[in-house]
Amino acid sequence: MSGGVDSSTVAAMLAQPAGGADAAQVSVVGLTLQLWDQTRLAGRHGIPDAPKAGRCCSLDDVYDARRVAEHLGIPYYVVKQEERFEQDVVRPFVAEYLAGRTPIPCSLCNNHLKFDQLLKTARSIGADSIATGHYAVNEYDAERDFGRGRWILKRPADLAKDQTYFLFGLTQEQLAHTLFPLGRLTKPEVREIARQHGLALSEKPDSQEICFIPGGDYKQFLTAYMEEQGEQIPETAGELVDSGGEVLGRHEGIFNFTVGQRKGLNVSSPTPLYVLQIDPASHRITVGADAELATTTLRAGRLNWISIPELTGPMRVTIKIRHRHEPAWATLEPAGEGQVQATFDEPQRAVTPGQSAVFYDGDEVVGGGWIV
Amino acid sequence: MRRVYADANATTPLLSEVMEAMRPYWMERFGNASSIHLDGQQAHGGVDRARETMAEFFNCHAAEVVFNSGGTEGDNTAVFGLLRPGDHFITTSIEHSAILQPARRMVERGVETTFVDPQPSGLIDPADIQRALRPETRLISVMLANNETGVLQPVEKIGKIARLAGAFFHIDAVQGAGKVPCDVKRFGCHLLSISAHKMHGPKGVGAMFVRRGTPLEPLLLGGSHERRQRAGTENVPGIVGLAKAAQLAMGSLEDGTIDRLAALRDRLEAGLLQIPGTGLNGAGDAENAVRRVANTTNIWFDQVEGEAMVIALDLKGIAVSGGSACHSGATEPSHVLMAMGLDKSRARASLRFSLLKTATDDDVDYVLKVVPEAVEHLRAISPVTAGTAG
Repeated sequence: MSGGVDSSTVAAMLAQPAGGADAAQVSVVGLTLQLWDQTRLAGRHGIPDAPKAGRCCSLDDVYDARRVAEHLGIPYYVVKQEERFEQDVVRPFVAEYLAGRTPIPCSLCNNHLKFDQLLKTARSIGADSIATGHYAVNEYDAERDFGRGRWILKRPADLAKDQTYFLFGLTQEQLAHTLFPLGRLTKPEVREIARQHGLALSEKPDSQEICFIPGGDYKQFLTAYMEEQGEQIPETAGELVDSGGEVLGRHEGIFNFTVGQRKGLNVSSPTPLYVLQIDPASHRITVGADAELATTTLRAGRLNWISIPELTGPMRVTIKIRHRHEPAWATLEPAGEGQVQATFDEPQRAVTPGQSAVFYDGDEVVGGGWIV
Repeated sequence: MRRVYADANATTPLLSEVMEAMRPYWMERFGNASSIHLDGQQAHGGVDRARETMAEFFNCHAAEVVFNSGGTEGDNTAVFGLLRPGDHFITTSIEHSAILQPARRMVERGVETTFVDPQPSGLIDPADIQRALRPETRLISVMLANNETGVLQPVEKIGKIARLAGAFFHIDAVQGAGKVPCDVKRFGCHLLSISAHKMHGPKGVGAMFVRRGTPLEPLLLGGSHERRQRAGTENVPGIVGLAKAAQLAMGSLEDGTIDRLAALRDRLEAGLLQIPGTGLNGAGDAENAVRRVANTTNIWFDQVEGEAMVIALDLKGIAVSGGSACHSGATEPSHVLMAMGLDKSRARASLRFSLLKTATDDDVDYVLKVVPEAVEHLRAISPVTAGTAG
């Protein structure tokens, strides 16, 4: 329970199911993962002294979650996992940026905290499953894999809220012990259910930013975090070049850039320039025109398969290469060394190392991996 | 569902006698103890009688009793009220945060501070206090009983060291009060702090023994209450409740209640230690057995996450505390257990059981039935396979 509308509504739906006393009784325990102390970097490098309200793990959100649990009459606990979160999410996030890639902390958090540690905690305290407020559908298909059966992950009814992109790392075991009660509802329907259950936060706005980065300024966060750790940001200043190799200027560090970025290049050009490539070895940033951002292939590693046990030959899929990306048709093939290669039917803009590529068969998540 | 409250070191319920003693002071005898009129005098009378009881409790003069808001205030007053830049302060690394955080603040203000570490048994060795002494040592503060392990500290010996060194000696007696006699003359202390709610009194009230002539600066200014030692309108019902709780606690020390409690705790402890892969924190060995308060046992359970165990036991009706505490948002393994030399995972796998003096044999039976099952279940949970996409 994050203290937001979605997970609060899940708690209400399970604790007070429609149908009243006749409905199947589920015993529900509310848990909030406390992952990051929002005041920790306060006052460093322009990070505000007081955290904004409505942020994950802020005391306000724990207050809201506790209040919902009280209202529903369910036991409620705050499970503190700051150390795991820092080790498995924050440090990799920092390392990826410093290495010139663009990480997705939410997927790491899902893989390591929400569906791993939290599930373990839930089982420890005697629960069979965890239920979350993610917008996704999971169901068991006994016919799959030649009748051996598999758990399937599908896009939700509310495609605008689709969170399957961040859930591609779920294992069969995790899917088997997870409920996504919001998967077949739209956000307005969820707010309506929250109102029907008398939840005071039914109008609370959605959270959008990365939960541990106040104000969303990741460079400010990197600087403040490295300073707190007493570590130096590695020297990665270098040249800005065009795709022909001509030097256009210099930059102060590769962590300042992400593929597709236009702002902050400090190069004058008659036409807009975009970051095409970041070379962590030479510290060279290649820039060019928007059209040059388009590529037709990508490779992904550290794969996880959901609807199939493994990719053994070419497969037609649609691929999402970032959260707000319309899935694009491609042919997927095994590429050895635990990687796959995808060839898009149409060139795609800004394939970004560090992001994930999630493969879909219609509404189903076939699997996914991290773009290399 | 049956509930067993085994977290008495966190807080205790009021005893009905305490509730009854406080009752008239909310509505009938509501006066301000500083007022001249009858209503004020009635309140004043309640505070005076309470002060006499506390003087008996501390074995001191009534004028040496200062009522306050509890243990945190007492601890803060001792540190902030005696130390000035240039002084040296000796305390221990196993004190409550109400000593440790003020101590760190004083370090920032130029007070040299020595944090003496305990023996692995949880006991502070008086020789370590002796070694830490400097000519400019002004204050020594050591707890009577540790809140997590229950280990009783050798305050009498430390009192002698302080006297010979000419240093002031404060005892944080919050966890010891009511469980062992709080005789300030025997302890040889200048200051001693207690809290009512740890011994079946109300929350938000406590008392401090301040030996006559101790140049203690008050923390709160704003009136002549408590002989100018602590400003603020007296919490009359609370003070009356504290005194009643103290009086009942003195009775419990003499009528065999505490001995019975120690026997219950010993049975609980022996039963829990029969679970394979467990051990006692704060035990000492045959040669150096440590004394503990009667109600507390602190046990590690191998391969068990303390936090999950606390939740699992709560859902089965048993209230206990884990081996980690929340400090400013981050969860740290208990500083007490870490100072005793436990590694982080063992500190996190530790649970504190602290019985109420009203605990029964049935309570202990229930805990001994539920905990082994819970431990077995927790150990049987194999780690969930982490996603490969990592």
